[in-house]
Amino acid sequence: YLSLGRGKVKKKKKKNENKRVIISNLPFESKKWKENPNRYYGSNKIKTTKYTILTFLPKNIYEQFHRFANIYFVVIALLNFVPVVNAFQPEVSMIPICVIMAITAIKDVWEDFRRYKLDKEINHMGCYIYSREEHAYVEKCWKDVQVGDFVQLQCNETIPADILLLYSSDQNGICHLETANLDGETNLKQRQVVMGFSSQNTFFEPELFQNTIICEMPNNDLNKFKGYMEQPNHERVGFNIESLLLRGCTIRNTEVAIGIVIYAGHETKAMLNNNGPRYKRSKIERQMNMDIFLCVGLLFVMCLVGAVGHGIWTGSFSEHPPYDVPDENGEYLSPFLAGFYMFLTMIILLQVLIPISLYVSIELVKLGQVFLIHNDVDLYNEEADLPIQCRALNITEDLGQIQYIFSDKTGTLTENKMVFRRCTVDGIEFSHQENARRLETHKELDLDDEDFAKLQHFTLPPTNIETPDTYKQKTMRPLRRCQSARAHFQGHTRNRSLGRRDSNQSQVAFSSPIEKDVTPDSRLLRRVREAALQTENLSPFIHMKTSTSLTDFFLALAICNTVLVSTATEPRQRVTVPPPIKPSGITLEKIHQIFQRLKLASLSQSFSSSQSSSDLGASFSARNTEEQLAALDCCDNGNDCCASGRGDELQGKDSTDIGSASLDEVFKSVTNSSLPTDFCYEAESPDEAALVYAAQAYGFTLVSRTPEQVTVRLPQGTLLTFDILCTLGFDSVRKRMSVVVRHPLTKEIVVYTKGADSVIMDMLEDSAKDDISKEKKMKRIKEKTQKHLDYYARDGLRTLCIAKKVLNEDDFQKWANFRREAEAAIDNRDELLMETAQHLETKLTLLGATGIEDRLQDGVPDTIAALQEAGIQIWVLTGDKQETAVNIAYSCKLLNQRDTVFTINTESKETCESLLNLTLEEVRKNYEVEKPRRKFFGIIPASFASSEAPGPEFGLVIDGRTLNVIFQGGLEEKFLALTKHCHSVLCCRSTPLQKSMVAKLVRRQLKVMTLSIGDGANDVSMIQAADIGIGISGQEGMQAVMASDFAISRFKHLKKLLLVHGHWCYARLAKMVIYFFYKNVSYVNLLFWYQFFCGFSGSTMIDYWQMIFFNLFFTSVPPLLFGVLDRDVSAETLLGLPELYKNGQNSEIYNLSTFIITMLDAFYQSLVCFFVPYLTYEDSDIDVFSFGNPMNTISLLTILLHQALEMKTWTLFHLVTMIGSVVFYLVFSLIYNASCVLCNPPANPYWIMERQLSDPTFYLLCLITPVIALLPRFFIFALRGTIGTSLILKAQQLDKLPKGQQDLEIQKLRSRKQPTSVAAAVSHRDTESQRLSTSEVNPLRKQTPEKGYYFFNRWAEEESTATDPSAGPFCGHYPLVPSRVTTPGQDSGKLTKGNVNNFNHGSHRRSVSAVTL
Amino acid sequence: MKNKTSVLPQEGEARPSRCPDNSAFKQQRLPAWKPQLTIATVLSTFFVTGMLCLSVGVCLILSANSVREFQIDYSDKCSDCSELRENSSNWNKECHCSVNFTLEEDILGDVFMYYGLQNFYQNHRRYVLSRSDAQLLGENVNNSYCSPFTTYQNGTPMAPCGAIANSMFNDTIDLFYNLNSSVIQVPLLKTGNSWWTDKNVKFRNPKSYNLSSAFAGTARPPYWQKPVYLLDEEDERNNGYVNNDFIIWMRVSAFATFRNLYRRVSRIRQFANGLPAGNYTFNISYNFPVTKFKARKHVILSTVVWSGGSNPFLGIAYVVSGAAATLAGFVITAIHLKLRKRKTCFQK
Repeated sequence: YLSLGRGKVKKKKKKNENKRVIISNLPFESKKWKENPNRYYGSNKIKTTKYTILTFLPKNIYEQFHRFANIYFVVIALLNFVPVVNAFQPEVSMIPICVIMAITAIKDVWEDFRRYKLDKEINHMGCYIYSREEHAYVEKCWKDVQVGDFVQLQCNETIPADILLLYSSDQNGICHLETANLDGETNLKQRQVVMGFSSQNTFFEPELFQNTIICEMPNNDLNKFKGYMEQPNHERVGFNIESLLLRGCTIRNTEVAIGIVIYAGHETKAMLNNNGPRYKRSKIERQMNMDIFLCVGLLFVMCLVGAVGHGIWTGSFSEHPPYDVPDENGEYLSPFLAGFYMFLTMIILLQVLIPISLYVSIELVKLGQVFLIHNDVDLYNEEADLPIQCRALNITEDLGQIQYIFSDKTGTLTENKMVFRRCTVDGIEFSHQENARRLETHKELDLDDEDFAKLQHFTLPPTNIETPDTYKQKTMRPLRRCQSARAHFQGHTRNRSLGRRDSNQSQVAFSSPIEKDVTPDSRLLRRVREAALQTENLSPFIHMKTSTSLTDFFLALAICNTVLVSTATEPRQRVTVPPPIKPSGITLEKIHQIFQRLKLASLSQSFSSSQSSSDLGASFSARNTEEQLAALDCCDNGNDCCASGRGDELQGKDSTDIGSASLDEVFKSVTNSSLPTDFCYEAESPDEAALVYAAQAYGFTLVSRTPEQVTVRLPQGTLLTFDILCTLGFDSVRKRMSVVVRHPLTKEIVVYTKGADSVIMDMLEDSAKDDISKEKKMKRIKEKTQKHLDYYARDGLRTLCIAKKVLNEDDFQKWANFRREAEAAIDNRDELLMETAQHLETKLTLLGATGIEDRLQDGVPDTIAALQEAGIQIWVLTGDKQETAVNIAYSCKLLNQRDTVFTINTESKETCESLLNLTLEEVRKNYEVEKPRRKFFGIIPASFASSEAPGPEFGLVIDGRTLNVIFQGGLEEKFLALTKHCHSVLCCRSTPLQKSMVAKLVRRQLKVMTLSIGDGANDVSMIQAADIGIGISGQEGMQAVMASDFAISRFKHLKKLLLVHGHWCYARLAKMVIYFFYKNVSYVNLLFWYQFFCGFSGSTMIDYWQMIFFNLFFTSVPPLLFGVLDRDVSAETLLGLPELYKNGQNSEIYNLSTFIITMLDAFYQSLVCFFVPYLTYEDSDIDVFSFGNPMNTISLLTILLHQALEMKTWTLFHLVTMIGSVVFYLVFSLIYNASCVLCNPPANPYWIMERQLSDPTFYLLCLITPVIALLPRFFIFALRGTIGTSLILKAQQLDKLPKGQQDLEIQKLRSRKQPTSVAAAVSHRDTESQRLSTSEVNPLRKQTPEKGYYFFNRWAEEESTATDPSAGPFCGHYPLVPSRVTTPGQDSGKLTKGNVNNFNHGSHRRSVSAVTL
Repeated sequence: MKNKTSVLPQEGEARPSRCPDNSAFKQQRLPAWKPQLTIATVLSTFFVTGMLCLSVGVCLILSANSVREFQIDYSDKCSDCSELRENSSNWNKECHCSVNFTLEEDILGDVFMYYGLQNFYQNHRRYVLSRSDAQLLGENVNNSYCSPFTTYQNGTPMAPCGAIANSMFNDTIDLFYNLNSSVIQVPLLKTGNSWWTDKNVKFRNPKSYNLSSAFAGTARPPYWQKPVYLLDEEDERNNGYVNNDFIIWMRVSAFATFRNLYRRVSRIRQFANGLPAGNYTFNISYNFPVTKFKARKHVILSTVVWSGGSNPFLGIAYVVSGAAATLAGFVITAIHLKLRKRKTCFQK
């Protein structure tokens, strides 16, 4: 029925030109259904199953024949039916392929059945549909919903189909949707009733619906939908995606919504977007397919040998001997023809050389591996209740071979929990010390929870401990701890946050306590209060400009966004009207004002109270910041830095001291005022929420928002309701958003704009023409703000500039008309809208800027360090600013302080090329220095080669523009050549397309295994471009997860996923695959060797049943179990020694050479297994099967013992299957041989096994042959264990040790490499720095910070500058990282103060010469 | 955030945690034995294996050496007979020849008499399959496997059918002991040489009141001189399909060079201890043609021991592999000692 319907839909499609016409079903109910034009549309019944009971067999067989191997085996089985060439009985020879296909079919049935059950569940969900007979909405199953039906939806109901919204109980005709099931975004979406229906405030009557709906054909675009509704009077009403309720979403905050079904079942957008799991082919499988072709070649050669041999053998008789049986007519074949037939016979005989069960075994093993990965507790995120999701089932082993990781930054490395950190208003910086400390405690809390915390000391390079300059870090750390401990209001915050976690709010995105609770800066808070007071007195322009900018600044933060408000007490209830205190009259406001004044008075009293001694620590660090910034400020003015710096410092000290003294009280007052009505903000981007929370902290609380109005509560409690005149949404091209509002008090039209600094700074008002002093001031503010912004960026903060503009009424009306025109335009509407937006967002006045911290996820530095140590190159591709990205890179240890970092920023091809060349040359020079060393070590066995010096490491920072130049200018190869030498690469300001291009470039050109990890929609293309895509199910929706192969919830899970599971999966599968090849070759070769003794006639000495069972049952379970459960090295050791990962990376277990070696070993073993029995039974009265039986047994034992040698873990399962296999073989053989008198005509192996078991020779053979066969292998294993101590072997030995000793040994192993590498790095850097100082202009920005200075962040920097006053003034030229070059003599371990000064100057000079093009 | 991935959000509250079980199996922490190649295990393995193999090997060689075996090739000794047989038209002409030989020493114990064929590919695929086990079990079936030795052109089925049966070895060999110019026929047992299961389970004559009627309507295979029910006219229970020589022939040999047990020396009278040293004669009725396809015929007298026949290979294999294992053990010891010195000086 379904397919029929679809066929007709297709026909209709042509007729209606990609339009879908829908009318109400009601007139056609029950009787005239056949006349209903809607009848051709698919019903809402979904069927995701592939098969039905009837179609299963043909369809499944058809699908299985898509696999080449299956066809191969079927053809061979069919060949067996040709009498001249048959090697076995044709019927029997069908068994293996049938069994294999049956197993696959069973697996398919099981999967399909699960889908069927799920479908059934969904199909039988209920919903309310209008019925004309009943004149009411009646409950029906989802599957019975038809296109054209009217569906009534209640709050919290899931939408059964794509429905056009016709009525909403909301007075504005708005219906709220939660699309979490669709895209994972938890913020509510608004949907609007189709225009023309929203005005009807009466209840919607489906029976009166006469309109015809014309819309587009079903498609999978979730964000696009358009159509129109033709009313009976031929009036057309348009609608778009804003009126469509999508299947799978949930209705929220709306009592009742009614709509007409537009798309049903499989035609809904949600279903069209559901593409099921992805199939990729892993590297091992690719290699395997190549090896299968090698096997085919081998098979061909062997068959040729058989054919030629048979031809010659047949031709050698002058007369036909009695054993040469003629065909049915008594005629003999010519030698040539006999040879040809023999070729085909041999193919049948030796077919098992291509492992028939390999494919299905691999599939089973991967299922097992996926199961185990999925069940790993370490990869489970308790907070989100999310285990790892394996979406791709067949690339588990690729996890163990990753060479390149492409990572997103925001949300991947960082938590994507935006926390307001600092802001600058009017050129004055507010450092928010208290807030910083609050975050510090959070971090510490997190650290306590951290799983891998115990392992952390491994990842710290041990050399750092000995270096003299780490004392700073040592002393600094406890100090900071003590600060945070002393701040006693910390506990308060924490308790609050803990309490909140339990409430329902946690389901709202971007509202974790750490994001919500912003501790205000006391200084700023005070100023805000003053300013607010003035605003309240309705004298905004009289007093200091600062105060108005302050209020404006926070108003902008609160207003200029698209944040939706809901109350915390009643979750998910949208606040559209400020509920408790309506701004009904001035009297209420006045009361509030009085109240506030009283409060303020008490505040100012507390200012005078004496400073509490316990806050010393807090003020101490605050002073440092102040000093720092003061220094910054005064340098701009060109005044005497030090003097004014001191002065400022004193001032700062005073103010902060006072501030912190009364802070407790201030804080309380603020929280008190905000607590009663606790609002919940739902934002589309985390930045927005952070800013709103920040504004809230200063009393500017966003109370409600509707499309027309936005209400803000001022610090005093006044509610201001702004009319929103226009909202210009954020887009990535403009990189800003604006809101046009009418100020309720001044009636001014104000534009608030918020955006990236680079954009906003260009759009500021050039100069106020009238007033020079004002102009100067503006300029200074701008410069200062820029300084602060740069400073924020260096600190790894995300920056946003806030600006405003006041419009006069006429201008606005003009613009509004323009805008309306643009909105109404049909052609190039988008461009016009953009143009109008740009028109408005000019001549802005800078209010200030904010710095939002995106905190690093816990365990990120550790994970990155481990991955790098594992030999994985990590590239971070981010859209962020270079400075931000670089600093995040340092703090997450992506870039090491010892590294040499190259930065390439250019827009011209020539410079780019020369830069690449220069850098490449420099890097190569380093490697040449390395080379002799390497060769020297090369002579020494593997154990010492592994400890060779890795040399200095390079990092590369490149931006999106340069990437463009590289891609367009054909410089890819040079770029790659350079990046090959860099252990980490940072691409900033890159677009999603560039991200995927980079991933593709590396993957294709370097032929490496790549992994992409990201969390947002902008990472999707990158995730899809890589061999493995990993999505982080974080805060930014599910697009990344949908596109990924594996979905994890934290970045740190990557460590275990790759280092442990990846390694295991690779090792297991690689060993299993290679074992399968070995097994088949060594077994089949027995038959081949026998051909030399039976005139190449294709005889088999083993009964065919036993042969089939050999592969299918006797030797199949142990390798499967091995493939699922073997652990060559324990998880702890794998995590402790990330270097072990290189084993998989270099494909050490399964590559061409190991394949060939295994093949040779298989040949050797088969020779032994054949010739030992042969020579034993030679010249005796042994018969064919009695000869074959011990050989079969021997072969089984050898193959199983070979497996046993390979197995590194013996659990009870392993033991049971091993012994079980042998026992099963014996039991089967005994029963089969005892019962088979006539079962297998013409030659029956009757009583063979029984007879053999009573023969001592049999036992003697079974003992000695496996020994001889496996002796060389064992010998080589033993040799390897004795001489070449590979890391894997060492790690295995480590596993044996008791826990404490194990840790010690791991550290020893790790430290062994360190000294050499550092020495090399240092010695090299000497020459490097000399070269640098002689060169006049070095176009590269280059940082070679001192070694051991590995823990970088800004506070550490301050600490060092504070202790060394002369190093304080950096004269504004702050290099990207503390630019400390190793001076000659430093490697001797003496670092004097003079030296410090020296290289500070040096660094200064360098950073001047470092021109970024 | 919490019900992000749940399909049915209604279940959101009641859903159990998706935290995986913390069981040893799922966390891959099953108690396991991890075999490790330490120097101690390696060396002990090598030395123990070596020693065991060496000792077993020596035992085997000693026991194989105790086997007495006498073999004589008579395909050329009866040249006139072999020439006669080369022409298949002479199939029914009898030809006898005798082969004299001397046993230098006694062959003590059970003495087995084998006929041996060389270069006779009984293991040829089509030959191996050219038989009908069902027919040999006394069932009346027309089996296509035997083709082309199933029926004669006139439709008379062959009994037994197939190439194996057709080419049955049909020389008769008698052994005479020449003691002081008197010739004593050595008593030979012609039954009990085949597997008990073959004789009693796998081979059955068709059911009838006597053998000739049982095989009525069938004809002997073309190469045979007499029908199947006349294979042993003296012993009813050794006649027809259950004839010992026939059963043994039907058990096709694994190699082109093989021997089949023909007779056992009956340990009575002067042969109670086996064959005494002295002069013997084989009286052979030469029927089986071999020279035209370059095959050879032997007659073999041999004793057996627990470990099989006279083939010393297994013993040698044990000794050699034992030696190899021991040698490997020494090599590893040497390498280990040498490396240990170097390692220690490097680690410092």
